[in-house]
Amino acid sequence: MLHRTSFTDQLTFFQKLRGLDYILISCILLVGIISSFSMYSTDGGEFLYHSKSHILRFVVFFTMMIVFSFFTVRFWHSIGYLFYIFVLGLLVWASFYGITASGSQRWISLYFINIQPSELMKIAIIVCLAKLYHRMQINDVNKIQNLLIPLTIILIPILFVISQPDLGTSILIGLSGLLVLWLAGLNIKYFIYSSLALIISTPFAIAFLKPYQKLRILTFFDPDKDPLGAGYQIIQSKIAVGSGGLTGKGFLKGTQSYLDFLPEKHTDFIFTLFSEEHGFIGSVFLLFLYAIIIYRTLRIGTITRSYFAKLFCYGFGSAIFIYISVNMMMVLGLLPIVGSPLPIMSYGGSSMLATMIGFSIVISSKMYHRQTIA
Amino acid sequence: MISGVDIGYKKLHTMNRRVFLLSLAKVVLLGGIITRLFSLQINENKKYLTLSDKNRLREWKLPPTRGEFLDYFGKVVAGNLKVYQLHVVPEQVEDFKYLMGRLKFILELDNEQFSKIIKKKKKQKPWETLIISENLTWDQFSKVNFYLHELVGAKPVLSVARSYPFRENYTHVLGYVSQASENDLINNEVIKKNHVPGLRVGKIGLEKTFENDLIGTNGIQRYEVNAYGKRINQIDFKEGEKGKNIKLTIDTEVQKMSNELLIGKSGSISVMDIFTGDVIAMHSSPSFDPNIFLYGISHNDWDLIRKDPLKPLINKTISGLYSPGSTIKPIVALSALENDVISPNFKVRCTGKMEMYGQTYHCWKEKGHGVMNLRNAIKQSCDTYFYEAARKLGVDRLNLTALKFGLGNKVLKDYYRNEKEGLVPSTEWKKNNLGRGWVLGETLITGIGQGYIQTTPLQLCLMTAQLANGGFKIYPRITVEKNQDSFEKIKKKMNKALITKDEKVSPIRKVGEELFNIGGKEHTPLFRNQENIKFVLEAMSASTNEVMGTSYGSRIDDPKYRFAGKTGTAQVKRITEEARELDLKTSQIPYEERDHALYVAFGPYKNPRYAVSVFVEHGGSGSSTAAPIAKKLFKIIIDRHELREKVRKENLVGA
Repeated sequence: MLHRTSFTDQLTFFQKLRGLDYILISCILLVGIISSFSMYSTDGGEFLYHSKSHILRFVVFFTMMIVFSFFTVRFWHSIGYLFYIFVLGLLVWASFYGITASGSQRWISLYFINIQPSELMKIAIIVCLAKLYHRMQINDVNKIQNLLIPLTIILIPILFVISQPDLGTSILIGLSGLLVLWLAGLNIKYFIYSSLALIISTPFAIAFLKPYQKLRILTFFDPDKDPLGAGYQIIQSKIAVGSGGLTGKGFLKGTQSYLDFLPEKHTDFIFTLFSEEHGFIGSVFLLFLYAIIIYRTLRIGTITRSYFAKLFCYGFGSAIFIYISVNMMMVLGLLPIVGSPLPIMSYGGSSMLATMIGFSIVISSKMYHRQTIA
Repeated sequence: MISGVDIGYKKLHTMNRRVFLLSLAKVVLLGGIITRLFSLQINENKKYLTLSDKNRLREWKLPPTRGEFLDYFGKVVAGNLKVYQLHVVPEQVEDFKYLMGRLKFILELDNEQFSKIIKKKKKQKPWETLIISENLTWDQFSKVNFYLHELVGAKPVLSVARSYPFRENYTHVLGYVSQASENDLINNEVIKKNHVPGLRVGKIGLEKTFENDLIGTNGIQRYEVNAYGKRINQIDFKEGEKGKNIKLTIDTEVQKMSNELLIGKSGSISVMDIFTGDVIAMHSSPSFDPNIFLYGISHNDWDLIRKDPLKPLINKTISGLYSPGSTIKPIVALSALENDVISPNFKVRCTGKMEMYGQTYHCWKEKGHGVMNLRNAIKQSCDTYFYEAARKLGVDRLNLTALKFGLGNKVLKDYYRNEKEGLVPSTEWKKNNLGRGWVLGETLITGIGQGYIQTTPLQLCLMTAQLANGGFKIYPRITVEKNQDSFEKIKKKMNKALITKDEKVSPIRKVGEELFNIGGKEHTPLFRNQENIKFVLEAMSASTNEVMGTSYGSRIDDPKYRFAGKTGTAQVKRITEEARELDLKTSQIPYEERDHALYVAFGPYKNPRYAVSVFVEHGGSGSSTAAPIAKKLFKIIIDRHELREKVRKENLVGA
């Protein structure tokens, strides 16, 4: 244990460069390019505000991801709690001094960019919990006193995000946290009990929902009930996807989006636009890219040595999968509409920043896969 | 240490197992998403494609172009005019009040017009097109276009509107169009199908009868629209089909002359081809300009028309019922001859009046005509003679003959819905309708066309035509259609009918002939002995062309124009003994009590071709008022005959 300095710590730059996961990086790049084209299409085939800033952000954050990948796993581990506390601080700041848009106070203005701390929290919570469980013995995981801390870590941001109000993001933060808990080996019975409790408390919880949130859930079960109101988004989204057919209507020819029938086509419904223009084949191709990204992430989890890195890769890979599937199921009418962006594809700086930070940790886990953390 | 490693191993093992489980779940979920995509994009693609098209495509119906009416010579008598209109869809206007204010200023609308538009807007749904002006003048149109940038929501539109170039001349023949009412939409599927806001449909007359032929079909503009309903670009434009043009049998020149001859009078003129039944002119006076109905008639104009004592709204030719007066005498004479009640030599002594059943019946000639035979009685219109003839004939036999020759029946029932049937009385009719028995005295006055008997001027025209053609049934018509029998064919049929009239036709041959004649109309003889018809026609000629004849003053000596006719003067009011003593001139009697003047005639006398019926309401006597009108008519009718024949023959070749 005293031979702290193992050779693994001293990789040459060339070795580090070779350590980058090129498959993962190229898939991310490909999705980024696809998203740029889609954004160009949402602007009606012109380089307008959305496409310009999306492409700029992608370039900046993608470069940042590669740079950050050279940070060691140890570094990520060491800043785990700090990162969480910093993001939580931003979240609290946003709750008091944030910018309100479309009825929700979730942004912090940094003049050149508006940060949405709740998006960063999706990553921070995984890093934080991974660090927490890194040292914990398996036997201790299920002790009640050891349960309280992670639950608090999860619940505090959830409460802040819910009060913004932003149900979708808070659910996703919660799910990310629970994923890590599950992977850390928390007894299955806790999950069973809590899901039972959740089911029982659902009716009571609904009573506390905002009217528009209730409406969204009701509309999900019967979108045709109010086709011009809350059901409009689901119906129009299904029409767009369905009318795309096998090969799609063609790039820049998605009438549903071009003629403004699609709501929020830059953000949550970007997949709808993509699917309308590129059809089943395009959609499956995009899904395939995402599948490779997730597979690579999980694969890095299996080769990396440190428990922290493993837990993070597994957790992050699974969380990304959940973000993707929730978004897609939502736009395909399989889930109620809760705000949840599609990673990389959707317009939104914070979401992209968070995703890219997550991938830098994943890539550095590969680069320093032999590195252990004392 | 061992246990530490063990525990570390267990920790990893748990995680790996759980990652594996999670991955399985991911694969299942991914499969689910792909299945969903497949079902939406492949299985239900058609459904969603349709929905997407329904989303993005909107159709705009354009008003159909109405078919035109042409006269016999192809002149347009009801056409379409290009007009500039101003439309506003209130829903799409941000500040309706402001827009209206500007428009009021620019179009120089007065307060009445302005409030009318506001009222109209309140009746409509906000997404329905509000027509601010149906017919902008060029000045207004260019002004609107000039200010268009500050009139957001107002649309200047080029449209077509009905126009009647001959104004009041054709009003009663054609009727007129006006904005489709709710009832029009309910009662006529075709109108409903083609309806657009502001569509004009026929309200009366031929415009109404032939609505379904005339209306045409909508043009369709298909636009791509965005989610807010804004038109993005035109995808498709389908031109509508213009409605069918309808050609009339009417000659505009004769029609115009009819109008001229009746100016300032209330009355009617009808002119008919005695073989084909073509109506060459049909006018009811006074008339009005139907163009004023197109854009909504003003209250004052409407009141002026409605309250006119000369009743311009009534088409007197087909809906006016009047006593035929002496114009019925040829039919009474014919009926009496046909039934062998009298012979042409039968004589009656006219002393100016006759006593019968305790009543005195006067002849129009106070001093009496002296001894009269049938020819003279028709020529001089001796009432006494016809009292006697009618008495011998009886009303029921007269009724049969009159009905046969077209009285008491609708003449143009396929063309006009407002035509009246009239009344030819019989004993049975009186019992059924008035519940009282027939009184013989009523037979006498029926014999001179007074009493219950009521006819339309057109019926008298048809009656005269069917006498003049030698006594054959004809079928009046006012439109020219392809499968109509030609003049030659009709003449042939009449000749054949004359030859086969007395033959006993075997039933088999009859069936065969009927089969052969599919669609064609029978021109059956209406007489027993054609000599009787010829006799009556000759007597009518005497009435016009011989000294002492009642219309001798209106004769034309030129054989080319010579016509024969019978005057009629129908009493409106029973003449009291007192009044008879006074022997007032027409001008001294109040208008409503003056006699109706009638005249029926046919010409040219040799080889007759046209029948005319002139009716002047409260016009005084037939010989002084109606017959001179007929004289002028015959001039133009016969002058136009050659031209008409030329057109007719061209059409025959064309068909």
